[in-house]
Amino acid sequence: MAEPVSKAAEIALASQKNAARRHQLLAMPSLLIITLFGIGPLLVILVYSFLKAAPYGGVEWKFSTDAYLNFLFQRDIFDDTLQFSPDYLFIYLRSVIFAVVTTAVCLIIGFPTAYFMATRPPEQRSWWVLLITIPFWSNLLVRTLAIMFIIRDEGVINTVLMNWHVIDKPITMLYTNFAIVLGLLYSYLPFMVLPLYSSLEKLDFRLVEAGFDLYADKRRVLWRIIIPLAKPGIVAGCLLVLIPAIGAYVTPLILGGGLHLMIGDLIAQQFGSGRNWPLGAAQALILMAAVMVALFFYVRNSSGKMHHE
Amino acid sequence: MGLADNKAAIAAQNVSKVFRGAGQEAVAALDNVSLTINQNEFFTLLGPSGCGKTTLLRLIAGFEFPTDGHIYLYGEDIALLPAYKRPVNTVFQNYALFPHMTVAQNIAFGLEMLGKPKAEIDARVLAMLKLVRMEELSGRKTSQISGGQQQRVALARALAPKPKVLLLDEPLSALDYKLRKEMQIELKRLQTETGITFIFVTHDQEEALTMSDRIAVMSKGKVLQVGTPHEIYDHPAERFVANFIGETNFLKGEIVSSAKGVPRVKLEAGPTISADAPRGGQPAGKVTVVLRPEQATLVPAGKGELQGVVDNVVFFGTDTHFHVRLADGSMFMTRQQNSGANAGGPKAGDKAGIQLAANAARILKD
Amino acid sequence: MNKVNASVDIKTQPGFKAVAILCLAMLYTPILVLIIFAFNAGNLMMHWEGVSLRWFGVALANQDFQSAARNTFMISIVATLVSTVTATLAAIGMTRVKAWPGMRMAFMIINLPLMVPEIITAVATLSFFALLAKGLGLNFGIGNIMLAHCVFCIPFAFMPIRARLEDMDLTLENAAADLYATPWQAFRRVTFPLLVPGIASGAALAFIVSFDDFTITQLVAGPGQTTLPLYIWDQTRRPMTPEINAISAVLLLFSISFIIISFLIARKRK
Repeated sequence: MAEPVSKAAEIALASQKNAARRHQLLAMPSLLIITLFGIGPLLVILVYSFLKAAPYGGVEWKFSTDAYLNFLFQRDIFDDTLQFSPDYLFIYLRSVIFAVVTTAVCLIIGFPTAYFMATRPPEQRSWWVLLITIPFWSNLLVRTLAIMFIIRDEGVINTVLMNWHVIDKPITMLYTNFAIVLGLLYSYLPFMVLPLYSSLEKLDFRLVEAGFDLYADKRRVLWRIIIPLAKPGIVAGCLLVLIPAIGAYVTPLILGGGLHLMIGDLIAQQFGSGRNWPLGAAQALILMAAVMVALFFYVRNSSGKMHHE
Repeated sequence: MGLADNKAAIAAQNVSKVFRGAGQEAVAALDNVSLTINQNEFFTLLGPSGCGKTTLLRLIAGFEFPTDGHIYLYGEDIALLPAYKRPVNTVFQNYALFPHMTVAQNIAFGLEMLGKPKAEIDARVLAMLKLVRMEELSGRKTSQISGGQQQRVALARALAPKPKVLLLDEPLSALDYKLRKEMQIELKRLQTETGITFIFVTHDQEEALTMSDRIAVMSKGKVLQVGTPHEIYDHPAERFVANFIGETNFLKGEIVSSAKGVPRVKLEAGPTISADAPRGGQPAGKVTVVLRPEQATLVPAGKGELQGVVDNVVFFGTDTHFHVRLADGSMFMTRQQNSGANAGGPKAGDKAGIQLAANAARILKD
Repeated sequence: MNKVNASVDIKTQPGFKAVAILCLAMLYTPILVLIIFAFNAGNLMMHWEGVSLRWFGVALANQDFQSAARNTFMISIVATLVSTVTATLAAIGMTRVKAWPGMRMAFMIINLPLMVPEIITAVATLSFFALLAKGLGLNFGIGNIMLAHCVFCIPFAFMPIRARLEDMDLTLENAAADLYATPWQAFRRVTFPLLVPGIASGAALAFIVSFDDFTITQLVAGPGQTTLPLYIWDQTRRPMTPEINAISAVLLLFSISFIIISFLIARKRK
């Protein structure tokens, strides 16, 4: 009996190992591409951030922490002392504020929209999803340009208002903070609606009925039942807006016109020729760290949630 | 047993299967199971969910491999053969019909894989469609037919390659009551017509009793009893079997004598009765006696072997169940057919006697 | 029959419908305005002089536009092919299989491009290719952009393919094996045909994210590697004519019809 036992077990184990190796091999091409050309570059900027800037763009291969020091301080050209300079910090702070405001407004508009979609009959629902998906997958640059056409001094709004003689000189909207937040809102609104919708669509409306049965009115059902149940969708939606909004590049580039910088443009600027690549690398990594912290909280939040269920 | 005799369609010999999940402790789904299934038999694996019946079926089909032991198909050890090399076909619980193929394409699939010539495949598919009475729907997609029809296609598909053994994994569980009854008869007919050995897995004892030539009752990875439906029902070897198949009264007692080989048991509820000893055992001391509800009749108080008070009366249409509390506090259930004559039977709270049928009580092999 | 009053219907919340309509208006007004003005006959952007296809003609005849369109399609098609094939293989190796050593890590790697802000990927890829060119003398030309696109296209292609595989009934493969199909036959005859819709939507997503990409392409592209989004960006920095509306509208209509077609195909399959 002993001999066939070990044979059977051996064969089973060997075939399992073979299968595992085969499966691993199948994943390799993707992993290789992403590791080489996705992670590799991140390591390159990690290294760059600890190097000295070369005078005409690029790097000099000498270790230096200047890039990180430059983030908060400026070296005085005359006496070589470090002086606190919050310019970059302000840009980071502004980006965070813009992103938070955008996220909040997206939530205020997105939640009722997603809820309204989720309460449509199934046939209508898929059309609503399509309507939200179209801007989601449409070219961000072109959509941002479209906003620009509307709010420019010679844009649709100003032209119409002046033709109607409501105003006699254009209201400046382009290249303001308002323009950037409007652009971010417009860009990322679908990112909020879609995850909210997918969590509200799964909502069991018998729970809403139970709420009414227990004397809650519409408002209290919304706040005490629907919103708590949609929390995973709310968190996911907020992160999907917040993260790309903090690092937004196209929107402030076009609608801020270089006057109102956000982190994304700041980083990109450092990589122009004659600029400071290590500083740009360091700024990118600081942004990356912030994003990782946000994602960490998200993962902890969602895994804790799963534990609950 | 040695090398299983070639007559047996399937012989499982000391088969064990242990599942090891990642980071979980090992679970023995099958524990040293030995079974012989004869040619042309309608054999049923019966047990509650998690008893290992589906695992045994999957081992025979080749979707899993045993941790230990042998599985012989007409004398050939197939335990480590991959599924596609076994002349055994399966009817799956959810039918597993290929959704991207038509009914006919589904039925032809196995024959195509066996590399049969096209003419033969076409003829066989037609014969199968006829067998399950699905000729008109051969061109339909499998998503466009009803559950009962899907069931027939699944059967035809599995029978088409003329397997040596057909495995059926709870194939009727998704059907509603009426359709299930119809399919039970249909299955029996197909088995007789094709002469193929059927191994049928179910948790439904009624289904097992009505359809099977022999039944293996399983629990917790072990086979508890193998026998014809009559043997299983009338001579349950163990408490689990008695409890799982049909409804049973369990009476505690002690053996006082065994005159002429028939043990006499003094019941805790009062009287001393004769009871059959389990096969291959001469019990002594404290025992449990089992008695089916239909083997006891409700009689006026004072008459019959057992005395008690009616606790509850439940009407079932064709019959009525009387739950009687006996002297020792245990409950005894009898089933009386409703004929109109017993319309004015005892009510809850009434005293009543219970008359036991002769030779009906069995002692369990505890 | 009385129509059920909306305030009685328990599902409705007051004002939500208005917000939903506002939301759609917000999302579509700019796009529609942009497209409408692409049909303007006049030379000035905001001065409407009647409907005309004139600017589409001007835009499409432009040599620079044509070369940008060629580049864009070349990049998108290569990125889509490579990422769809590799993502399909990865999804098969990573879905419904016994966990292999490093599989969790593999999931993280595949999802990574979705987590990193685009601008960081852009500057990092720029630095990486600059280093390759300087240090090793390696420059794949337009291949640089293709490789960069493959990286972020893979997770987009991976998601629907994996979802499709996860939804697939495992017993179908058992059934195929039971009916004498070898593992390869089972894959070719059963798994793969059922996977095709997932692969198609994966490819569609990969194509569209590659086709629309601006940020990464802008930083990685060398001279002469202009794509359509880059071309539009260049146009905005010159005196603007409705030509830019026309090009933008072409781009938008292309993506939108692409999305609608994939939507309709997915719907039909259901």
